[in-house]
Amino acid sequence: MASIITISGLTKSYASGFQALKGIDLSIEEGEIFALLGPNGAGKTTLISIVCGNVRPGGGSVSVAGHDIVRDYRGARSAIGLVPQELSTDQFERVIDTVAFSRGLFGKPRNDATIEKVLRDLSLWDKRHNRILELSGGMKRRVMIAKALSHEPRVLFLDEPTAGVDVELRRDMWKLIGELRQTGVTIILTTHYIEEAEEMADRVGVINKGELVLVEDKDALMRKLGKKTLTITLSEPLPDVPGELAEWGVSLEAEGNEMEYLFDTRAERTGVSSLLRKLGDLGIAYKDLNTQQSSLEDIFVSLVHREQAA
Amino acid sequence: MSGPNLRAIWAIYRFELHRFRRTLLTGLLVPVITTSLYFVVFGGAIGSRMTEIDGIPYAAFIVPGLIMMSMFTESIFNASFGIYMPKFTGTIYELLSAPVSAAETVTAYVSAAATKAFIVGIIIFATAHLFVDLPVAHPFAMIAFMILIAVSFCLFGFILGIWAQSFEQLQVIPLLLIMPMTFLGGAFYSIHMLAEPWRTITLFNPIVYLISGFRWTFFGKGDVGIGFSIAFIAAMLVLCLAVVGWVFRTGYRLKK
Ligand SMILES: Nc1ncnc2c1ncn2[C@@H]1O[C@H](COP(=O)(O)OP(=O)(O)O)[C@@H](O)[C@H]1O
Ligand SMILES: [Mg+2]
Repeated sequence: MASIITISGLTKSYASGFQALKGIDLSIEEGEIFALLGPNGAGKTTLISIVCGNVRPGGGSVSVAGHDIVRDYRGARSAIGLVPQELSTDQFERVIDTVAFSRGLFGKPRNDATIEKVLRDLSLWDKRHNRILELSGGMKRRVMIAKALSHEPRVLFLDEPTAGVDVELRRDMWKLIGELRQTGVTIILTTHYIEEAEEMADRVGVINKGELVLVEDKDALMRKLGKKTLTITLSEPLPDVPGELAEWGVSLEAEGNEMEYLFDTRAERTGVSSLLRKLGDLGIAYKDLNTQQSSLEDIFVSLVHREQAA
Repeated sequence: MSGPNLRAIWAIYRFELHRFRRTLLTGLLVPVITTSLYFVVFGGAIGSRMTEIDGIPYAAFIVPGLIMMSMFTESIFNASFGIYMPKFTGTIYELLSAPVSAAETVTAYVSAAATKAFIVGIIIFATAHLFVDLPVAHPFAMIAFMILIAVSFCLFGFILGIWAQSFEQLQVIPLLLIMPMTFLGGAFYSIHMLAEPWRTITLFNPIVYLISGFRWTFFGKGDVGIGFSIAFIAAMLVLCLAVVGWVFRTGYRLKK
């Protein structure tokens, strides 16, 4: 597949001196759904804003559909539709007017059929003569998507499309994004929910503190992230791990008072029940059990360490 | 796409005029009422004692100043609001991410605001006809003057809108700078009526040259030579264009 966005060595320091991006290299393929996953403040919005033209780049270069975003900004921006993180709309405008306006702004000739299709696809057709201020939050976000799609972009950026929306709307949004991909649009979305990346993306990039920690096929990443730790609090401390438990690869913590077992929640057999049976067989008593999913932050930190160690 | 993005200019222009249309009634009633009030107060009450300035009946003498004053305010207000609101509500993201150049953006916002200011100017001109006999010595120059004034003050307003970071800042320049300068700039009197040193001090006020030039298009004479007036408008246009160019080159208060 051909790459539609190429980012190389991109850096950004804000006027405050804060370095928000520390040399990003990334290539997005045409037609894919790419999820940029990272905690708050990681630099997701900064990265998107630079590609779309809302924030000035520092060092490095970005090209979109073969057009450099600085030298040939018209070519680059014509290919992009942006739905930013914040809901911002012209409250007094009518839905259909604001969508038609966007198409004009992007230099496309008026085309009522396209606008109608976009509005119908987003279930906004019945509301087309409503003023935006009469719409609910979820509908307003749809209007913003309609504006972004009005000029038939090849790439659609969705910055946290489901942040602050309820579960039902989130499901709707996922469905919608699935439908959009059928039209061949490349979609780049940011999120800080692992499950969201999991639900929708073909590939996932993990960004933390301005660095792209890894870029991987979603399936491979989910295998890495789908791990849990089982902590077994022992009744009596153990000096070392009994040889019979070698196949589980357990470790001892807290001066032998706790046994930790890392397992894959997605595996057919997690090994949890067999481990507990084995402990019973060996006569090792325990008084408490606890499983814990590492927080996204922890996972990022461990990923960063792993990258640095490698 | 090649060449300028004319469709974007048109889209923004229409959007802005649409915004004005939403407040059409007040937008047009206010200048008509204000003008009438000025005529009642200055033309009637005071003018009856002043009769003539430079051989021109006082009620007619104040018309160019009245038109200029409203056009200054309208231009600055509309143009500054036009660009300030998207910044304030966040919708500016779309403009910044669109394939639209700086020149196209300015052209669209400034021509929309200037259109409205021009219309207001014409309405005041028409209203004034209800009160006084108004000769116009140079009608084409009058129209050209109104257009140039509208464009330069809209450019100024556009800069103000980009600079402002609060509604207060948006108001402060028109109220604290432009209004006093207009009153002191001979909108309602001839600067020849002032005693020295005020007369000389007044000559440092650029508004004097604008009002005087506009008055010349009506009565064939002004406080200063028409050449000075044209030079001042040209200088103001060039200065504002230079600042706008700088704003977009640096992304000043638009892009982080
Ligand atoms: N205009 C700005 N000036 C200074 N720092 C900023 C600015 N915008 C964002 N930042 C900082 O840059 C970092 C990345 O922000 P952002 O890209 O918005 O992160 P994300 O979208 O991943 O939550 C944050 O630490 C944020 O505080
Ligand atoms: Mg963000």
